[in-house]
Amino acid sequence: MGNTVAQLNPDLVGMAYLIATLFFIYGLKGLSSPKTALLGNASAMTGMGLAFAITLAFPSVGNYGLIFAAIASGAVIGIVIARKIKMTAMPQLVACLHSFVGITALLVALGTFLLDQLNNTVVPLITMIELTIGSFVGAITFAGSIIAFGKLQGILSSKPLIFKHQHFLNLVLTVAIIVLGIEFLMHHNATTLVIIDVIALILGFLLVVPIGGADMPVVISMHNSYSGWAAAATGFVLNNQLLITTGALVGSSGAILSYIMCHAMNRELYKVMSGGVGLHAVDLEAMERESTQAIKAAAVEDVAFLLENASSVIIVPGYGMAVAQAHHAIKELYDVLTEKGVSVKFAIHPVAGRMPGHMNVLLAESDIPYDVVFTMDEINKDFAAVDVAFVIGANDVVNPAAKNVQSSPIYGMPILEVYKAKQVLVSKRSMKPGYSGIDNALFEAVNCSLVFGDAKHTCEMIVKAIRGAA
Amino acid sequence: MSQTMVNLYIFVLSCFVGYHVIWGVTPALHTPLMAVTNAISGIVIVGAILVAGAQDNSAAIFFNITTMQLIGFVAIFLASINIFGGFVVTNRILAMFKKRK
Repeated sequence: MGNTVAQLNPDLVGMAYLIATLFFIYGLKGLSSPKTALLGNASAMTGMGLAFAITLAFPSVGNYGLIFAAIASGAVIGIVIARKIKMTAMPQLVACLHSFVGITALLVALGTFLLDQLNNTVVPLITMIELTIGSFVGAITFAGSIIAFGKLQGILSSKPLIFKHQHFLNLVLTVAIIVLGIEFLMHHNATTLVIIDVIALILGFLLVVPIGGADMPVVISMHNSYSGWAAAATGFVLNNQLLITTGALVGSSGAILSYIMCHAMNRELYKVMSGGVGLHAVDLEAMERESTQAIKAAAVEDVAFLLENASSVIIVPGYGMAVAQAHHAIKELYDVLTEKGVSVKFAIHPVAGRMPGHMNVLLAESDIPYDVVFTMDEINKDFAAVDVAFVIGANDVVNPAAKNVQSSPIYGMPILEVYKAKQVLVSKRSMKPGYSGIDNALFEAVNCSLVFGDAKHTCEMIVKAIRGAA
Repeated sequence: MSQTMVNLYIFVLSCFVGYHVIWGVTPALHTPLMAVTNAISGIVIVGAILVAGAQDNSAAIFFNITTMQLIGFVAIFLASINIFGGFVVTNRILAMFKKRK
């Protein structure tokens, strides 16, 4: 703990940590534009390198063989995964990495406590409190992220798992943790700490189990935030300021993302945190049935005709695009329409996909330039003037019920106003309703036609039809 | 002012810095933002190194590794996956964002 830095000039360490913090801040600042983002990432890496170097130079640190073996094996695995992972699987990767931060924070808290016990160090009460909180946040982050990972990877069902007295059970576990926490602070018993962490793990599982797939952007952002708070709590335990600054940066980043996601889904943050996301909004039976709406189906040739004869088109991708891996086919569609002089833009709803920015990454991967991709706030005013709005694999985020049906579960949620376009085309797999389980009045509108089938196949056929006609 | 209080100052002020910097991040880059924050929250490796590297005279549980060193090893290993994986994947994503030719 405090004695670790004793023989290394503490001001030197402090200065190194301050510089590392500045490198991290600059790294995040770089993300304000795609132009400066890569430089920012390099800056953050430099900060991390500096943190490594100074920590390894602590005189109290030995066992270099063990440490370097752990770093090297982690580095190899991390780099291999990072290079191989498909962009459509980014949400899973991020969830998985959150769980690692959580478990690391938990292990460090436990290890530090055991170390103090071995050395018979007298630990001040405040440190014990920090230790308890640190391991608790770490455990919650780990357990929750693992469930999120399982749901995103398809190992667990992405449907919300809801059972009776869920909230009561969570409350009981929370009270148990508080009681045991007080007991631990009084008697410093390692077993108590372990029991607290086990209960925290169970609580972490229970908080995420009732949350369904489409609410994942909120959950992932929240765990992003938790992982930061876990790191900061570890910093308090170790009296290490670099961990505190970095943890605070990451924690507030995740908190802001959570806020943005909640706002875009019209959910309240406290409900998400207590594990009650969308409990009332999700009608499980409704999600299963086929809708009986009166709709117009369009043939691929008709869609192709409408698109190539438009002067302006806005494409609205949703999670369905990611599922169908349709982004490369959409890039071809973008190319062929642009060649014909059609102005093509993309509109991204903040919660489209399974994590913040998910759609942007997929479009970027397929080489669609980022300056034709717009946020909801930027592009909503353009729909009224556009010839064709082409919705690919999105549903609730374009449902006008959010604007004009007060009884609708999604009422109040901001949407992409595609219904204002002269012609709306929707690529859909089936007539199953979206995540919220409600019908979409857009599909019945006079200016809307649906084209059924796999999004990728549909886009490829449209491209073929346009090329063939030329 | 106690050390804990100093740390609290640092923490609260860092939150404010984070708040202002993150609102400036363009929504298009929210995925790389999560990836890079993943990488830098791997900073808990500092704590893991301190645990694994500490002088520890307790009995070895297998070969000559003590419980403490095992905990530290696992923690360093996982945090390294975070750091290296997080930075590399961020780089990969950011390199894909290109402007119209």
